[in-house]
Amino acid sequence: MTTIASLHIGELAYISEESLNEIPLKLLEMGCLPGAEVKLIQLAPLNDPLYICVNGSHLAIRKETASKIQIIKAQ
Amino acid sequence: MSYKKTINVALIGNPNTGKTSLFNELTGLNQKVGNYPGVTVDKKEGKSKLQSNLKAIITDLPGTYSINPTSLDETIVLKTLLNSKTDKTPDVIVVVADVENLKRNLLLFSQIKDLEIPTVLAINMVDQMKRKGISIDVNLLKKELSNEVVLLSVRKNPKIGVEEVKKAIVKSYNSAKASPLCNVNNRIDPAYFDRLKEINPKYSIYELWLMITQNSFPDKISEDEKKALLTFKNDSKNLKKYQHKETIYRYQKINEILKKTYLTDRSKATDLRAKLDKIFTHKIFGYILFFTLLLLIFQSIFDWATLPMDFIDTQFANLSSYVNKTMSAGVLNNLISEGIIPGVGGIIIFIPQIAILFLFVSLLEETGYMSRVVFLMDKIMRRFGMSGKSVIPLISGTACAIPAVMATRNISGWKERLITILVTPFTTCSARLPVYAIIIALIIPDKKIFGILNLQGLTLLSLYILGFTTAIIAAVILHKTLKIKNTSFFVVEMPDYKLPSLKNVFFDVIEKTKAFVFGAGKIILSISIVLWFLASNGPQSYADVEKNIKEKTISQKISEVKLNQMIASAKLENSYIGIMGKSIEPLIKPLGYDWKIGIALISSFAAREVFVGTLATIYSVESDDDDITTIKQRMGSEINPETNTKRFNFPVGMSLLVFYAFAMQCMATLAIVKRETKSWKWPLIQFVGMGVLAYICSFIVFQTLS
Repeated sequence: MTTIASLHIGELAYISEESLNEIPLKLLEMGCLPGAEVKLIQLAPLNDPLYICVNGSHLAIRKETASKIQIIKAQ
Repeated sequence: MSYKKTINVALIGNPNTGKTSLFNELTGLNQKVGNYPGVTVDKKEGKSKLQSNLKAIITDLPGTYSINPTSLDETIVLKTLLNSKTDKTPDVIVVVADVENLKRNLLLFSQIKDLEIPTVLAINMVDQMKRKGISIDVNLLKKELSNEVVLLSVRKNPKIGVEEVKKAIVKSYNSAKASPLCNVNNRIDPAYFDRLKEINPKYSIYELWLMITQNSFPDKISEDEKKALLTFKNDSKNLKKYQHKETIYRYQKINEILKKTYLTDRSKATDLRAKLDKIFTHKIFGYILFFTLLLLIFQSIFDWATLPMDFIDTQFANLSSYVNKTMSAGVLNNLISEGIIPGVGGIIIFIPQIAILFLFVSLLEETGYMSRVVFLMDKIMRRFGMSGKSVIPLISGTACAIPAVMATRNISGWKERLITILVTPFTTCSARLPVYAIIIALIIPDKKIFGILNLQGLTLLSLYILGFTTAIIAAVILHKTLKIKNTSFFVVEMPDYKLPSLKNVFFDVIEKTKAFVFGAGKIILSISIVLWFLASNGPQSYADVEKNIKEKTISQKISEVKLNQMIASAKLENSYIGIMGKSIEPLIKPLGYDWKIGIALISSFAAREVFVGTLATIYSVESDDDDITTIKQRMGSEINPETNTKRFNFPVGMSLLVFYAFAMQCMATLAIVKRETKSWKWPLIQFVGMGVLAYICSFIVFQTLS
């Protein structure tokens, strides 16, 4: 399963429609919607948390959450 | 309208949108912090003149991304909005948005709009548009949203923007009934929402929807109405799914509108953020930078606070002796000069340190750097059962645990927040410093090792490290033992870097210092007065002290000063507090303390630094209480009659240092912990746990060293 947690720094992807029910409401409200563009900006040591830019919002989320959100990598 | 009128206006917005800047511009010095009834979150209110005949009471609501709350702060926003149509709730809401994140900001706007309250959309930071390659068609946006829209840049050009906002508030207030933006119900499951509406037609569908999804009800609703809604809620299977759908629909609607009105040309954007983030969130340099910054902050606190603290100290001592001399002698004189004035002085003296620390914390928050610290520290702090957001309270704890405990409110996970609250008092707060200073001066030689490191300074540093390490260890133990499930999850916005607004920093420092002065102050002052009473009153033997000493010494040649000192000392010994000290002596003897130190320990419950002043009185030191050298000399020459050695020898001193590092001797902090955790259970656990730890460790230290 390809999730946000498997992104490399600087890599772009789109949030998959399938993970709609896995995304916490709060994150959804902050712009992390299916179809939205997501980019990994930075990783803290031990790859947790992740600093991402999604739908124009710059957010830090924990790996635990990131690994539940499926993505489709941009070609 | 020709008559004078006052309306209620609430400011709502995402964090980091400049909402507080706008609030400060609208109200200026005309603001105060109060409390929301029943909850602990501070309510910031101020007055503003909108027109010659129309005034407004402006409320700055806590920053939030949505009206569906996940933390204590955010709950307030929903509560305020659901209680509309009563006299205290907003007539107009100003939604403050940041031009760069307009899409996300409009989500909150769309929710507010659906509550059908007159609304103004204030799009802030428009001076950044050029740099970010953004352009907006304001007139079309007004039409699409059917709402007042104001572009402003509070920081760059406060005057113009604020006047525009005021005009828009008036316009919105006078206009016809506000209409919803998204009729969410029609898009999800119309039949379901029709049934919801049938239950209670008094409220709008969206209000009812918020009540059942957020479990939050207006104050006025009756128990039966509440019950009916809860039954309906329990029968709904798709609540969570519908909430997701609602949010997605809102974003669809927002995207449609923005497509026509909002353009970004990324090629024109210059990205300072990316460059700074490379350094500040770097896996190695990020930490080096953070710890260097911390070191510099602590260094400056020590350097800058000494002068004003000495000044305050002298002024209060002068005031006390002035009152003592000028007022006619008696109980009232004693109460004021020995109870109230030193009590107030004991509060004021900490203001410099606390204000300086909060100046730095506020600066770091304003620039956006603090979020990077949260990002860097989260994983490490999680090992200890806390969150990246716990770093700010732990740093604040080095000034005072009271504002630090209050700073935990934005930690959304209850377990993480509770652990942070429980361990924060281990960090070395400013009240411990005077105690550490005098004991270190007594037992550690003022020598240098390796030519540069001062032994006394090194001891103080070790005590700071001891405090932090214990906080961490305690957190790990709590993390392992507390059976609380962490329900909330972690997300932090990483705001764009910006220059801090000095006005915001100023108001922030004032607010937090006030929280200390009035939160802790009341308790410190009342305990000071109680202690004064216990120290200046006693049973029968107390009344005879003066006569007995005079009789005893009549044949000896002693100066009047010396005689008065002997009387004061003997009085204290026979006072209620002296009796208390003596009665706990058997308990504290294994730690190396006598009843005199016992008195000082008891009086430390007002605030730890009272230790020094109390010992000064017990050893009847000449002149004012705080003349450190005299107290030090007197303490240094105090003899333990049982062993005929110095009372404050190395083992006793070390034992005391450890005791003060661990024991929970601050009533004010316990009161705040009770308020924040809403039960006596946690402050009690804190008090007993820290007390037992202090006792055991001091016991071990004393017994092994002596």
